[in-house]
Amino acid sequence: MTDLTQMNLAEARDGLAAKEFSAVELTQAHIDRVSASASLNAYVLETPEKALEMAALSDAKIAAGEARPLEGLPIGVKDLFCTKGVRTTACSNILGDFIPPYESTVTQNLWADGAVMLGKLNNDEFAMGSSNETSRFGPVVNPWKAHGQELVPGGSSGGSSAAVAARLGIAATATDTGGSIRQPAAFTGTVGLKPTYGRCSRWGIVAFASSLDQAGPITHTVRDAAMMLTSMASFDPRDTTSVERDVPNYEAALIGKGGGDIKGLRVGIPQEYRVDNMPAEIEKLWQQGIDWLRDAGAEIVDVSLPHTKYALPAYYIIAPAEASSNLARYDGVRYGARKQGADIDDMYAQTRAAGFGDEVKRRVMIGTYALSAGYYDAYYVKALQVRRLIAEDFTKAYEKCDVLLTPTTPSAAFEIGKNVEDPLEMYLNDVFTVTVNLAGLPGISVPAGLDANGLPLGLQLIGQAFGEETLLRTASVLEEAAGFDAQPQDWWSA
Amino acid sequence: MSVDENMVRRIANLARIGVTDEEVPALATELSAIIGFVEQLSELDTEGVKPLTSAVDDKIRGREDVVTDGGYAEDVLANAPEKDDEYFAVPKVVE
Repeated sequence: MTDLTQMNLAEARDGLAAKEFSAVELTQAHIDRVSASASLNAYVLETPEKALEMAALSDAKIAAGEARPLEGLPIGVKDLFCTKGVRTTACSNILGDFIPPYESTVTQNLWADGAVMLGKLNNDEFAMGSSNETSRFGPVVNPWKAHGQELVPGGSSGGSSAAVAARLGIAATATDTGGSIRQPAAFTGTVGLKPTYGRCSRWGIVAFASSLDQAGPITHTVRDAAMMLTSMASFDPRDTTSVERDVPNYEAALIGKGGGDIKGLRVGIPQEYRVDNMPAEIEKLWQQGIDWLRDAGAEIVDVSLPHTKYALPAYYIIAPAEASSNLARYDGVRYGARKQGADIDDMYAQTRAAGFGDEVKRRVMIGTYALSAGYYDAYYVKALQVRRLIAEDFTKAYEKCDVLLTPTTPSAAFEIGKNVEDPLEMYLNDVFTVTVNLAGLPGISVPAGLDANGLPLGLQLIGQAFGEETLLRTASVLEEAAGFDAQPQDWWSA
Repeated sequence: MSVDENMVRRIANLARIGVTDEEVPALATELSAIIGFVEQLSELDTEGVKPLTSAVDDKIRGREDVVTDGGYAEDVLANAPEKDDEYFAVPKVVE
């Protein structure tokens, strides 16, 4: 039998439907591979018994001719999603051994469609990071290596990206607040889709910055991303920002072999994304992407997003401000770890001092500062005004084009430990992705090539609000033109 | 503007994060660097621009004012570090 871990989601679905293998066999192959790959530190909790139980149910459904859209497909879940009865920590010590008594809407949707849970995936603590080095469980190692060096898988969804790239799950859930799906996808040669704000319910996802957080998939292919999104998206009355709008079958939006016809589609190239010191390889790949889309019949349009350079500073006020409010709930009273103190205030302070890592403390303190009396207008309100200017930049650009094409990241994956001492240097990773969160738009990273060190690079497409179908169609054209089929060499399995 | 050590203590207290005397100087340096970075925003004239708090224009949905959830104290308390009967337990706050 062929290696069952070497398929994408659509291939595995078709193989199950054709009864070439069973869901239990498919799941067992992944369980074995996960347990042999502990050196990557992608999973923080493996749930093999649950997986096999779910897979057995899937086999029964398939036998009865009642297969659901993701029937029997084993996936990993970022540890930011609450999973009923299964430890969920957001990779923070402050959550201790929290066992949610409920299931997040997104994961519930996936299980209702037949997906199988392999376990919980590592991430940066509370999704605050771009390298998966702030996790309480330690860093995730990128399956891709250069010059024998261990590299980061990106972050915050580094467990998700590493797991998919190393084939420790056919797909994974992830979340994106400033680039946390797209940047790790770019660093690992995978596809990462951040949907429009309000498309996927935030209910049951550990909150970081509620006006920016959005769930999405990391997958091998654009088609797989469409399959995952069709299940993950829903209208949810329990999330006040969930948008009441029908969920199309996103896979049906991909037409034909290459997934789509983009003749006449206007692709905008934002001039402000040509940042200083952009590596020549990134610049070249971007130009290559422009040529691919033009060759496929798209019309290339130069556009301007004049406030781009202010996106990161605005983000680093807004996201920490929301985080400082959201993370106030970790007080050692209702769940998680508690440290005793001299009185109740001291108990709060000691609990939070012991439970939060350095980056989380920094962000909570920056947010507290930006919201405090005397600074609120100068920082927080100012950032929200700039946020509007950034959103309006996109509105104006979309008068001239349908989608935007940019690089996903300013570099390929870097060495573990390289940027740990310099928070600002780390923040620059999100320079091309963070604008999309501020404006609430959908974005996707597609693996498009390798750099001189043999490391994957991604191109980002940005769509209009709820324009996921056009976005996915364009992404599939880009994917086909790039023909990215490189794989990391397996050096890690025991 | 730089964040001095007194400001670090003030913010830490507001955020209810215990900091030791040894941690304060490094935090002052780190927070000052981040504040210095975000202060680029002051270059922009935002006079009259309405703050944008959410990318979704939707009005917050209303619903009937009825109980729709609850009645499972055991679940709610299951993860509590300390509990007493159907209550969360905390250090004494009233003398």
